[in-house]
Amino acid sequence: MNIYEYQAKEILRKHGVKVPRGKVASDPLGAEYIAKEIGGTAWVIKAQIHAGGRGKAGGIRFAKSLGEVKQYTKEVLGTSLKTYQSGDSAKNVNKVLVEEMCDIAKELYFAATVDRLRSKVVIIASSQGGVEIEETARKNPSAIFKEYVDPVTGMMPFQARNLAFNLELEDKDIVRTAIRFMLSFYALFIECDCALAEINPLVITKKDEIIALDAKLSFDDSALSRHPEIAELRDLKEELPSERIARENNLSYVGLEGNIGCMVNGAGLAMATMDCIKLYGGEPANFLDVGGGASAETVTKAFNILMSDDKVKVILVNIFGGILKCDVLAEGIVRACQEVKPHVPLVVRLEGTNVERGREILNASGLNIISESDMKAAAQKAVELAE
Amino acid sequence: MSVLIDENTKVICQGITGYCGSFHTRQCLAYGTNVVAGVTPGKGGTKLDGVPVFHTVSEAKEATDANASMIFVPALFAADAILEAAAAGVELVVCITEGIPTIDMINVMKALEGGETRLIGPNCPGIISPGKCKIGIMAGSIHEPGPVGVISRSGTLTYEIAYQLTRRNIGQSTCIGIGGDQITGTNFITLLEFFENDPQTEAIVLIGEIGGTMEEEAARYIEEKVSKPVVGYVAGITAPKGKRMGHAGAIISGGCGGAKEKIETLSSAGVKMAKTPPQIYDCLISVSPNITN
Repeated sequence: MNIYEYQAKEILRKHGVKVPRGKVASDPLGAEYIAKEIGGTAWVIKAQIHAGGRGKAGGIRFAKSLGEVKQYTKEVLGTSLKTYQSGDSAKNVNKVLVEEMCDIAKELYFAATVDRLRSKVVIIASSQGGVEIEETARKNPSAIFKEYVDPVTGMMPFQARNLAFNLELEDKDIVRTAIRFMLSFYALFIECDCALAEINPLVITKKDEIIALDAKLSFDDSALSRHPEIAELRDLKEELPSERIARENNLSYVGLEGNIGCMVNGAGLAMATMDCIKLYGGEPANFLDVGGGASAETVTKAFNILMSDDKVKVILVNIFGGILKCDVLAEGIVRACQEVKPHVPLVVRLEGTNVERGREILNASGLNIISESDMKAAAQKAVELAE
Repeated sequence: MSVLIDENTKVICQGITGYCGSFHTRQCLAYGTNVVAGVTPGKGGTKLDGVPVFHTVSEAKEATDANASMIFVPALFAADAILEAAAAGVELVVCITEGIPTIDMINVMKALEGGETRLIGPNCPGIISPGKCKIGIMAGSIHEPGPVGVISRSGTLTYEIAYQLTRRNIGQSTCIGIGGDQITGTNFITLLEFFENDPQTEAIVLIGEIGGTMEEEAARYIEEKVSKPVVGYVAGITAPKGKRMGHAGAIISGGCGGAKEKIETLSSAGVKMAKTPPQIYDCLISVSPNITN
C-alpha cells in the first residue's frame, strides 16, 4: 500500500527524521494560511499523488509571494497528472503540500527495501540525489552504495559510517547527524513493516542539517493488519473502482488495455493465460486471480468486475481446480449471469477437482457457453471471438 | 529415489484442527502420506481420523519421530510455527500459509541459517513425490510416478503442467512449489542440485515468473553444474511494470524482474524455453525423446 508524501513525512517526523516545515491544503486560501504560518519569502507547492516524477509533470511549483502560493495552488489542484510512474492513468490532484524552501548544499539519494536473495533489508544510498535510482544504476553505477542489515543486530553504526564516508560526507558533525538519521530510518522501516522507503532527495542544507525533502513509503500489505494506524491512511480515491472491489473481495485484479477479459485461479496460471492470449494475437483486458479459497460469491463479484469493463469483447475463464472446486466456480458464474446478463461470448475451460459436476452445472444453466478442454484451444477461441 | 520426500517420510501437520489443516491432512492420508501426528496448542490429547494431536511440535516429534512438517497456521503466527518445528529438530518444513509479513520471513531465514532444517515455501502448494508421499494441497490424482522433476514458483501452474505431462504418459519424480513470496525458504538452485543428483530424475522442468532474479541465478547454475536436460517457462511476458501480479513476489520493479530478460538468460544457459505452458510437453520430448513412461 502506498501513501502520500505528506503522510510519509508525518511518519518520518515521528521517528526523528527531519523534514521541511509544512502542511497539507486542499484550497488556495488554506495554502496561503499555511504559507503565512511557515513565514519567509519563498515556498514550495507540491501536488499530492501516489506517484513519483511530479516535478517533470508540473506538479511541483516554487512560489515567491503569497499571491503566487494561492495562484499555483489553484492551478495544481483539480488537474490530473500523468507522470512516468503513474502508468497509463492520470492521477487527480486533490491536495497540495505547502512547505518552506531549504538552502540546499548537497542532494543525496537514500532508500531501504528487501533484498530477496539475501533475505535481508538493504540500505541503498547514492551521491546522485534527485535522480531516479534506475537511471543512476544505468549511467553511474559506481555512485550507488549498499549495506545489507543483519536482522538480529539491526543496522549498525559502522554500516552507517561506511555509507556516510562513501557519500563523501567528511565534516565530523555532518557524519554524526547522518548516522543518527540512518539508524532512525532503518528503525522506521522495520517498525512500520515497510516494503520500500525512499527519500529522494535527502538534502544537506547550508546550515549542515539533514532533511528529507521528499519521501515515499510503501507498506507490506501482508503486515497491515498489525498496523491499523497505517492501514487507515489508505486513500480509496487513488484506486480504480474495479481494483478496490477486487481487493475488498480478496481477488487480485490489474486492469490492462486489451479486450479479452480473463478469470483464472492462481497468479502464475493467470499470467500464463495472458501470455497465451498474446501469443495467439490477442490482448488481455486484465489480470484476475480469484485465488484458492474463492466462494461462489467471490466468483460472482469477479465476474461482475469483468462484465463492467466496456472494453471487454469476450470473457475467458481458465480454472484448474485444486482447493477451488470447479462446481463452486460454475455456480458463481451462473449466479453472476443471472444478475447481469452477459453481453459478450463466454469461453470456459475447466479442469481439476469436481470438474464433471462443474461442467454439468454450466450445461444445465442454459447459458451460451463455449466449452474448451485445454488452455491452448480456449485461448485461441477467445482471440478469434475478440476480433 | 525422489527428492526431499519419499515413502519413509513421517509427517506432522501444524494447525491440523483448522479448516484447511484438517481438510488437507485427510487428503494427504487418502493419498498414502504417512501423517503421524498433528499439532494445535490447546487440543493436545485429541485425535483427527486416528492421528494423535499434540500441544507442541516438540511433544509430537518425541512421540512419533516425525521428520517433516506441513504448516497451515494463520499468517501472523506462521513464523512462530516454522521456528517451533525447527527448534524441535524437524528436518523438512513445508509452509503452505500465504500472506506472512516479509519482515517475519527475514527473521525466520536468519534463525534457520546454519541449522539442519530445510524450509519449503511459504505461500506454496507443497511437495509431491508421486506414488510415495504428498505434503501439500495439490490433487494427487493429476500426478504419476516417473522421470521428470518439476520446480515452480506458482501453484496452479504446476498443476497445469503436471496434469499435461501425466495425461501424455510422462510421470514425475518430485514436484515442488517453492512459493510466490519475495522470500522463499529454498530457491531454485538448491533444488536443481537435488534433482541433478537424484537417479530417478532424467529431466527437469523449471517454472519461473516475473519478479526478483531467481531465474537468472538458476540459469548461471544450470550452465555450470546441471548435466540433465532442463525445460523452462517464465510466466508474465505480458505483465505491466510496477503492478503486483497476485503473488507478493511477482512484480517488475526498478527495471528488474521482467520476463523477457529471464527467458533470454535461461535460453542462453541451454534451457529449452516454452512460450506457453501447453508447449512444455513438446519441449521435453525435443530435449529428451525417450522420456515417456
